Amino acid sequence: MIEKIGIENLLILSALMFFIGVYGFLVRKNLITMLMSVELILNAVNINFVAFNRYFYPEKLQGHFFALFVIAVAATEVAVAIAIIISLYRKIRTIDVEKASEMKY
Amino acid sequence: MTLDQFLIMRHELLIIIAAVLIVIVELMNSDEHKERVIPFAVMVFLAVTVAGFLPIDTGILFGGMYRTDEITIMMKNALNIGVFIIFLQSAAWLKKHKGTFRSYGAFYFIMLASLTGMQYLISSGDFLMFFIGTELATIPIAALVAMEKARERSGEAGVKLILSAALSSGITLFGISLLYGSSGSIFFSDIARSFAADDLQILALLFVFAGIAFKISIVPFHLWTADVYEGAPVSVTSYLSVISKGAAVFILVFLLYKVFYTVPGIWMNVLYAVSVLTMTIGNLFAIRQQNLKRFLAFSSIAQAGFVLLGIICGTQLGFASVVYFLLIYVFSQLGAFGVVAAISNASGKENIDDYNGLYRTNPKMSLVMMLSLFSLAGIPPVAGFFAKFFLFIAAAREGYYILLLIAVANVTVSLYYYLLVVKAMFINESDDPIAKIENDFYTKAGLAVCTAGILAIGFFGTLFDYINSISYGVK
Repeated sequence: MIEKIGIENLLILSALMFFIGVYGFLVRKNLITMLMSVELILNAVNINFVAFNRYFYPEKLQGHFFALFVIAVAATEVAVAIAIIISLYRKIRTIDVEKASEMKY
Repeated sequence: MTLDQFLIMRHELLIIIAAVLIVIVELMNSDEHKERVIPFAVMVFLAVTVAGFLPIDTGILFGGMYRTDEITIMMKNALNIGVFIIFLQSAAWLKKHKGTFRSYGAFYFIMLASLTGMQYLISSGDFLMFFIGTELATIPIAALVAMEKARERSGEAGVKLILSAALSSGITLFGISLLYGSSGSIFFSDIARSFAADDLQILALLFVFAGIAFKISIVPFHLWTADVYEGAPVSVTSYLSVISKGAAVFILVFLLYKVFYTVPGIWMNVLYAVSVLTMTIGNLFAIRQQNLKRFLAFSSIAQAGFVLLGIICGTQLGFASVVYFLLIYVFSQLGAFGVVAAISNASGKENIDDYNGLYRTNPKMSLVMMLSLFSLAGIPPVAGFFAKFFLFIAAAREGYYILLLIAVANVTVSLYYYLLVVKAMFINESDDPIAKIENDFYTKAGLAVCTAGILAIGFFGTLFDYINSISYGVK
């Protein structure tokens, strides 16, 4: 089964996800969508870790464990980010990142 | 694993215990007496800081995930001192917000959680500990930045910090995953052994460097700095600019010297370009700032450029001068931020023009501010001069003369804008100067510690010899 899908397919998928995430983060104006873009980046990383582990180093589990930790930390990051966004929303009544621009150069 | 081995982590364990104790004391006091937690927190953390200087074993734990050596312990103690000064300086700010902050313990707990992350970060031995340390250090700080909910700028700064931190950690992680794929391990020692400098690994090196550069706010990654520094409460700003930056610089040096030491040519070129950019752009933007927090933000970006001068050497002397610089930077930057915090708390004024005639009304604070700015600029005989002196010597020994020339030109430019503030305080007249400010005991103590550090460390010559004897160069 595993022979049919080469690792290059998984790596192309993860690279695509990574750059879609970076693009979305830079282009989107909605704070929640920006967070979702970051999630895409982190999931691309997870695919990388799991794929490398399964294909190249199946005797050890470092990559799988790293992916688990990334998932957990991503959850805490989103929790804090959403809390801050809600507290900002109560103040300025929008989650448009262009409106949160009281400070500028 | 015996208790003796476990106590290698004494710094981290003590901080965690202190954080829990502070929360317990907070819970035992009713809401009307919540300010009682302030003296307790300061005392407990003073004990933690002092205990950090007791002799301690070095070694590795958890199969190499965690390691300490003398220079790491030295850096941890420097971070502890910095946080202690910040605790002293934040007391007045916390008391001022008695009505709006439901809990003081939260501030201390979150800051100590972040400090624990920093300490695990600088003694990490593999990329998993490195990643968890970075996140534990950053995520809580974003919550602290957004703590003043009544101010729109505070929340805005919090959003900016957490989103850019999330992006930067995502990029670092992608680099780490490529390193894992190419070397088969996440341990620093294994990666160092199998680092063959093929294209994939160099891309990974750049990704990891970008993530750390974001924490140090080196120039292409500095855009969040000024906004976050301005919007955050002053105590949190000083934490970001001193502790966070110091720990990140330290781990950058460690990674470059111990993990990526097989390809010094590559990262030295990157550091060269980035160092010139950081110094110059930081200085040029600092000149046009009116708000003192933004001003100090850009000046701290410029200082980061000078630190890179020491890292680029790759020698033992270079590393020693970087650590020595960071130690002195703690005192000088916190001295400046302490005065800004005291004045901002008492009068709400943060602009350079508001400081006109400050010497007439608040001579002592003006003197502390002047000493701190002289130390940041590097004017002898204060400590900052020696810090820059050793950095420049280290770079000169390796023959980076053009880079040194640019650095010296930048020091001259920085002198101009530091002296603008000094001029405003001492020479400019003002019809409406800031009224005389009565500082409480904590603020006075914090400023006194900073002043003592700025004045004394430079003349305490054996310190540099000691740091030099415990540091190392590129293998």
